[in-house]
Amino acid sequence: MAGAGRPAARPLSPHLQIWRWHVTMASSIFHRFSGVGLYLGAAGLAIWLMALASGPQAYAPAEALLTSWIGMAALYLVFASLAYHWANGVRHLLWDTGAHLNPKAASGSAWLAILFALVAPAALFAVLNLGA
Amino acid sequence: MASSMRTPLGRVRGHGAAHSGTSHFIAERVTAIALFFLAPWFALSATFAGVASYDAAVAFVRQPVNAVGLILLIAVAFTHMSIGMRVIVEDYIHKPATKTLLLLGNAFLCAALAAAAAFAVLRISLGA
Repeated sequence: MAGAGRPAARPLSPHLQIWRWHVTMASSIFHRFSGVGLYLGAAGLAIWLMALASGPQAYAPAEALLTSWIGMAALYLVFASLAYHWANGVRHLLWDTGAHLNPKAASGSAWLAILFALVAPAALFAVLNLGA
Repeated sequence: MASSMRTPLGRVRGHGAAHSGTSHFIAERVTAIALFFLAPWFALSATFAGVASYDAAVAFVRQPVNAVGLILLIAVAFTHMSIGMRVIVEDYIHKPATKTLLLLGNAFLCAALAAAAAFAVLRISLGA
């Protein structure tokens, strides 16, 4: 092997503990997390539709769950996941065209997607509760 | 020598590319573009229709436009999430038996949920 007797002057591969935190890294991880959240939400949608198709008696527990604190919190999280995955999905579709694919634009749009995921569900919650 | 990058074995076998290697990549993006419209439409219109209550939910699904939109959403969303979960499993699960079981489970679960959801929409909207 070439260089077997030489001290290692080659660059070391990036180490997990010395990575600087990047917002683009967080935005990528959130995309997967929100995708898994929406997977659960879509399963809930199918179960909700089946309960609805089975008549008022079968639907009663579904309505009780949806209007409980746990159900409302779950719906809030699913809506936040949708808002994030939707906004971040737009970033991915833009990148597929080759646009905005540089560190500065990517960081900026990552913050926009995160901001949207925080504001959109809160705004919907506010509109629903102010309207009532 | 310089005329071909192919190995002698590859040349003897004579297979080219299958030309379907990007089918999942493209399907994930086509469904994403459809969901860009369908997902917010359903989330917002169902929320404002107050679909937690039985009567409001049945009335919502019975509207022909909503029933068609729901069936499109079901077809597209379950395809999109099936591909997405497949990518996650392929990225993180490397043990062949576990990976195969999870990929099968994902495919079967998405198909079963999509069939159940579409059947429910038809049953409600056609008033069985």
